[in-house]
Amino acid sequence: MIEIRWHGRGGQGTKTAALFLAEAAFELGKFIQGFPEYGPERMGAPITAYNRIGDSPIKIHSNIYTPDYVVVVDETLIGPIDVVAGLDEDGGLIVNTPEDPQSVTERIAGYGGRVYTIDARRISEEELGRYFPNIPMLGAVVKVTGIMEDRFFVEAMEEILKHKFATKPKVVEGNIRALTRSMEEVVGI
Amino acid sequence: MTRWHDQSSATYMKLDREGDKKRSWKGEPPGGVILNSGNSKEFSTGDWRAMRPIWLIEKCTQCLLCWPVCPDMAIPVEGGERTDYNYYHCKGCGICVEVCPFDAIDFIREE
Amino acid sequence: MAIREKLSGNEAVAVAMKQIEPDVVAAFPITPSTEVPQYFSQFVANGQVDTEFVAVESEHSAMSACIGSQAAGGRTMTATSSNGMALMWEMLYIASSLRLPIVMALVNRALSGPINIHNDHSDSMGARDSGWIQLYSETNQEAYDNFIQAVRIGEHTDVLLPVMVCYDGFITSHAVENIEILEDGEVKDFVGEYEPLHYLLDRERAISLGALDLPSIYFEHKRGQAQAMINAKQVILDVAAEYERLTGRRYGLFEEYMLSDAEVAVVVLNSTAGTTKAVVDKLRSRGIKAGLLKPRVFRPFPYDEIREALGHVKGIAVLDKAEGFSGAGGPLFTEVGSALQGIANVEMTSYIYGLGGRDVTVDHIESVFMDLKDRLADGKGNKITYLGIHE
Repeated sequence: MIEIRWHGRGGQGTKTAALFLAEAAFELGKFIQGFPEYGPERMGAPITAYNRIGDSPIKIHSNIYTPDYVVVVDETLIGPIDVVAGLDEDGGLIVNTPEDPQSVTERIAGYGGRVYTIDARRISEEELGRYFPNIPMLGAVVKVTGIMEDRFFVEAMEEILKHKFATKPKVVEGNIRALTRSMEEVVGI
Repeated sequence: MTRWHDQSSATYMKLDREGDKKRSWKGEPPGGVILNSGNSKEFSTGDWRAMRPIWLIEKCTQCLLCWPVCPDMAIPVEGGERTDYNYYHCKGCGICVEVCPFDAIDFIREE
Repeated sequence: MAIREKLSGNEAVAVAMKQIEPDVVAAFPITPSTEVPQYFSQFVANGQVDTEFVAVESEHSAMSACIGSQAAGGRTMTATSSNGMALMWEMLYIASSLRLPIVMALVNRALSGPINIHNDHSDSMGARDSGWIQLYSETNQEAYDNFIQAVRIGEHTDVLLPVMVCYDGFITSHAVENIEILEDGEVKDFVGEYEPLHYLLDRERAISLGALDLPSIYFEHKRGQAQAMINAKQVILDVAAEYERLTGRRYGLFEEYMLSDAEVAVVVLNSTAGTTKAVVDKLRSRGIKAGLLKPRVFRPFPYDEIREALGHVKGIAVLDKAEGFSGAGGPLFTEVGSALQGIANVEMTSYIYGLGGRDVTVDHIESVFMDLKDRLADGKGNKITYLGIHE
């Protein structure tokens, strides 16, 4: 079972990304959990979401304290939030930033595991014309964690997005391009 | 399904307290639903009467002011005219006596 | 044929509601149950169900509308949480005493104050004497399955009681997990047509409902209501057996997990039972005889059966996600204690946990089992422990 913790800000689609990841893994026959930690969140407030993904039924129903991977959708959270709390050093930290993994590692004290970076802002703005970092982050997460094969993931996401944006086919195309690019452009692997 | 209805009229019509004492919980319909609707006419409020109104037909003008004020619908009206009291329901409240402008209702002690 | 799906608890219950297609749903939104009527109203708007959806102006009115509708002869449902159910309070009692088998999704949330939107069981535990059957659900799957079975349990002529299907707010209601759902037709066949014993819109047999009961007969009606709750136990088992034939999923009055040879056991409701199973697995791999009893049916409370199932266990921790303020342990603890009355050599202890959504982790549950083991060794320990409190 892989446990993932997501850190983002209200309005960035972090919860949606966690749910998409769960749905895509479900399509591949996995057992899944995708859930947000609810608080008094508003646009911009720090929020947390979680995924458990495994090959057998998942019994635990608590938040995740020792994740295998942490995803930071908004890098300004590094500092105010202890994003690496409990993070497995055999796992990794995936950060949305134009910086390289080395400079992020220097900013985070006390984490000896691997750091991966992806410039989700640039990808989102180029492919979608707006800043929606969640879908590019999702691509990076799948690439880094290897939860599922790239090809299956892209196919699953195409179905999920077609369903969600039934009336906006262009949104689907843009998101799939963003997803595919981020899988190629994530740094640190 | 019909278990309760089969025995309804026999068991649930009795609203007098003596009758209630004989009603086992096992025979009661769920939720105390009353299955014989409109059964208040079975209830003898006439038993409560300590004073009895007497209709004095020779003084009555059939103005019908007594009829709408009776709380027990104990003044039957037929063909637009009141008739004698229904003493099964009349509880002797005397409101009809109060409203009658023609002293056409006597009010006497029950024997 | 079972359909493999991924749904949140609220989605699962809304889908069950759609498949049952009751005559009336009357509801008022409150976190975290809001999504149930929200999704369902979309099914109504899309024409996927023929249900009359009544958007009322308060929960008191929601339950009042449910009572009117069910009394009129319609199969009726609602959903609420916390303060919403508290506002229904007097109507809860009227629904059960008029013997109206309304089905309610109660998405457990802490009852104010201070105001809190997160999960605990103070809402449903507060309503434990209201005469509603209470079913508890560990997962979205159990919430879905309980919701469908609730219709048959409540409407059974030996029962005729409203049923509350409880599941944890956010933890279950908002988490997306795997689930197997039934085909629409299978659910329709399972619940069948609603045939009320008596109903207000029956023109052939007019009735009166809710008339004044005097001391000469009120007691008899309450005795009948108590009998309905007693009868419910067998009906719950019968409906579960039939549901198992349909789905392969087994339900009883409670679930036993590694309990038959357990020396130490936890009794806990809803989602935390899942976390406890994971801990039991872990402890068993270390040779510790740990077990779990997860009540599914809290009302009627299965005293005899729980006594039978727990009688051999030496150390028992009962975990309550509600304080109860009895000054002597949580509400589930006192019930389990009553069930075990007179059994010698049982160490029983009450844990209050997770109030207002305080997260309960594998470590917390493991500490409970370790405390139980220590207690058996030296006989020392608290009667009441506040698990995860900041001391």
